[in-house]
Amino acid sequence: MCPTMTEPLPVAFRTWFAARGWHPYPHQLAMLDAARAGHSALLIAPTGGGKTLAGFLPSFVALADAPRAGLHTVYVAPLKALTANIADAMARLVGEARLGIRLDVRTGDTPSSRRRRQARMPPQVLLTTPESLSLLLSRPEATTLFAALRTLIIDEVHALAGTKRGDQLALCAERLATLAPGLRRVGLSATAAHPAALAAYVAGGAPGGARIVRAGEGMAPEIGLILPDGPMPWTGHMGLASAGAILRQIERAKVTIVFVNSRAQAELLFQALWKINDRNLPIGLHHGSLDPARRSRIEAAMAAAELRAVIATSSLDLGIDWGDVEQIIQVGAPREAARLAQRIGRSNHRMDRPSRAFLVPANRFEVLESVAAREAVLARDLDGEPPGPGTLDVLAQHMLLTACHGPFLPDRLFAEIGRAAPYAMLGRECFDAVLDFVETGGFALRAYDRHRRLHRDALGRMEVRTEAIARTARMNIGTIVETPRIRVRTRRGRDMGSIDEYFASTLVAGDTFFLGGEVVEFLTLRETTATVARSAARTPRVPVYGGSRLSMSRGLAGRVRDLIHDRARWDLLPPDVRDWLSAQARRSVLPQPDRLLVETFPRRKRWYLVAYGFEGRNAHQTLGLLATRILEETGAAPLGFVATDDALACWCMREPADIHALFSPRLLEGDMTEWLAESAVVRRAFREVAVISGLTERQVPGRSRTGRQMTASTDLLYDVLRRYDPDHVLLRATWQDAARGLTNFDRIRALVERVQGRIDHRRLDRGSPLAVPILLELGRNRIRNGEGEELLLREAEALVHEAGLS
Amino acid sequence: MNARRGDGATIMLGREELVLLPQKAVYWPAERMLIVADMHLEKATARREAGILLPPYDTHETLARLLDLVRTLRPETVLALGDSFHDAGSVERLDTHARERLAALAGLTRTIWLVGNHDPELPSTLPGTVVPSFARRTVTFRHVPSSAANVRELAGHLHPKARIRAGGHAMARPCFVVGGGRVILPAFGAYTGGLDVTMPPIRSLFPRGADLYVPGRDGLVRLSMRAG
Repeated sequence: MCPTMTEPLPVAFRTWFAARGWHPYPHQLAMLDAARAGHSALLIAPTGGGKTLAGFLPSFVALADAPRAGLHTVYVAPLKALTANIADAMARLVGEARLGIRLDVRTGDTPSSRRRRQARMPPQVLLTTPESLSLLLSRPEATTLFAALRTLIIDEVHALAGTKRGDQLALCAERLATLAPGLRRVGLSATAAHPAALAAYVAGGAPGGARIVRAGEGMAPEIGLILPDGPMPWTGHMGLASAGAILRQIERAKVTIVFVNSRAQAELLFQALWKINDRNLPIGLHHGSLDPARRSRIEAAMAAAELRAVIATSSLDLGIDWGDVEQIIQVGAPREAARLAQRIGRSNHRMDRPSRAFLVPANRFEVLESVAAREAVLARDLDGEPPGPGTLDVLAQHMLLTACHGPFLPDRLFAEIGRAAPYAMLGRECFDAVLDFVETGGFALRAYDRHRRLHRDALGRMEVRTEAIARTARMNIGTIVETPRIRVRTRRGRDMGSIDEYFASTLVAGDTFFLGGEVVEFLTLRETTATVARSAARTPRVPVYGGSRLSMSRGLAGRVRDLIHDRARWDLLPPDVRDWLSAQARRSVLPQPDRLLVETFPRRKRWYLVAYGFEGRNAHQTLGLLATRILEETGAAPLGFVATDDALACWCMREPADIHALFSPRLLEGDMTEWLAESAVVRRAFREVAVISGLTERQVPGRSRTGRQMTASTDLLYDVLRRYDPDHVLLRATWQDAARGLTNFDRIRALVERVQGRIDHRRLDRGSPLAVPILLELGRNRIRNGEGEELLLREAEALVHEAGLS
Repeated sequence: MNARRGDGATIMLGREELVLLPQKAVYWPAERMLIVADMHLEKATARREAGILLPPYDTHETLARLLDLVRTLRPETVLALGDSFHDAGSVERLDTHARERLAALAGLTRTIWLVGNHDPELPSTLPGTVVPSFARRTVTFRHVPSSAANVRELAGHLHPKARIRAGGHAMARPCFVVGGGRVILPAFGAYTGGLDVTMPPIRSLFPRGADLYVPGRDGLVRLSMRAG
């Protein structure tokens, strides 16, 4: 370490580093440099690069150089747990280096006594979450609390930008900058696909933008593939066939994180591993449905290296570093190269050693995806969509909360909001429509004109009209809309975790299911608590958990298409997968990059159509809704469809005609989107928009079920709003969300445009090898929309009559 | 909307023949009576003082559907089984348009408003008759179902909804619950949510099981709820 580089560090820090035999990383000093120049900055660093310290160091140095009272730095992280962990780590540093800086945490878990203390005497550094920051800003006292704020640190920027929470935080950052002119912003991010967009996100309206500081990349990771002992399964996503191989790999390392894609998969794999865990290796389980206390116990055990492995969902994607993790194992499809790289980074936090990872594909298509993901990570070709434009429901919530803080002039607020990167392109017309919604509901029937939420004074300033309205607005803060959850407890009152309300409602006494790696028997459901007892049952049901399902990214999809087509690279694939592709080439044709392969064939008195779009499950689901509509029109009488990440399969009474016309731009025309608007996915998008925008009230956990039945279902609101007020701004917001996220309509559009005049239609006498995995999925999925519900209803009736129940 | 009698399902309540309609109402031919439950009119505007501004179209929608039924079936009487108005201020909050529709209703039929827990008191200005309880022939009409056995009653209050599972998927639909001489009507209002029929408040009323009639696009679908 050259002496000039440590010079900017005050002596207390130099002593602290030296006592540990550490040196500051160059990027930590570069962040200090940016701070001294008054620049905002975005640090891009792999895990283990001392990223968090790099973010705090400039604030600590400034406060050590010139101690002062009052709030100096606000740190925001996406998770409550992460905020608490970082606070502990930083408090330790501050104590050890005797810096005399006061840190405190403010999240939804902070007790009210501590909140009051913070209000009386604010800490110099406050660690919080986007929701709690939003709440603080909605209070009139925010003006004084944040007046002397110098720095805003946003951690895990890559996980926030482009999400609704990210939109909320960007708006709050501009609010802070208005209250505290000259505010400097600091972003901390993992390696990500769109650094310039992230820098713009962090900078917002900060003069001069954000300087990008990059830490060294560290060494390239070592990524292996784990295959099952037997043949590669045709279908399934759980990876249980590889349990033996996974356990052997866990035995080889000191500590392993086994990442999976869903909570159900975590429970099943946990069971499968313990069934064969003859040496009783300590293996734990961590996912979002487990009781928080239990999750923290697992985290503590991991940190203390008491566990050999933990099976985790995205609940461990972010978080503090556990130095001893030697390897990660990803079971199931990687879905996104960027997420895989992030997960791989959770192993080995030393930058001078490679991270080790193993991929465990659960089926043949996942082998292709895993090989593609490995190539992408090694080539540092990270995918992920660039952050999109800010959402209007979040904007509506923010406007109302701003009005709760104090009066604002619409022109000034419009300028402030336009400085937030997600809203840079927001037009005045749109701003005014959202403001009208906030003020009056924005309905064509001006029923609430005399009951506005906002009051305009003589100067044209707007303020929330009554304290009751402000109270409701504050109750409704937040951009995460979860399906209602039911707490699960034993008869002795031990908290086990939670299950989806929907799943709970399907349980009858005596049913058994997995939770927290145990098999439990359902006893009773009272209000929002389910009581269970341990059970010795062997074949329990698998809970249905909420949570979003990630689709295979565009980048990986492109790589999978290339890999299938490029025989020269097939030696990367296991023999049974190679044979499968060869058989496909013989019996049908291999899907070509930039063309769309569509096969039709008869099977059991039905006609099947399989389109290999490789656009991810969400997009294929939407394509299925649209394509079955056209098949209906052209007389093929479709009965249902199933969507996977790789393909769409529809089955019909009659042979589908004119395949080329089926995938034409006709799919994207107005009446088709109208049809899509009826679907369950768009309804789900509306539910989120209705809650976030404050159209309807958030369901408060613990409220009695009879109370809940009085809550107007957003489905009913959606139907009525579409009928009476089709141009309402929230319907616009819903469509904007759905097109990007749940329906992936954007990807369908891109697909249709890409393959125009490039469709390979094969009419076969039976299903092709590539179609086998999709055909095996049949019977699990069916049409899920208004029309399909009618079929479902008839089918349910038929089942009841067949069973002689009626 | 086609509300011919044939679209519904005819059931017997003792010796009385009732027709359950897919429009979430019951028709009693012998009395030429149309029965609806839980309209919750003006639910949208109920929380406006607290800043919750729901789309203010529910009253229009609900009354339009009721008027459609009345114009098709030409009943002598419309009986509303309580919770017709969402709260005490609902009648006051009705807009001109809604008042006109209620007047139109009064011109076509005699309206009987049974009180419910949401609307225990209704103003005398309301067209029609407000009653605390109601019975006709052998049938008792109640807002809250009784817990007695061996009854002949029609009730609302509970907003029953059936969870239907088939083909690995599930959905929830409002439904009639019929069994042991008791009929619970689905809520008629545009913004009324529902309570799962397997939840204790409903299930406990049908110890020997019940038939569920679920309104669908092509009429009513009959399912059953097991005893216990």
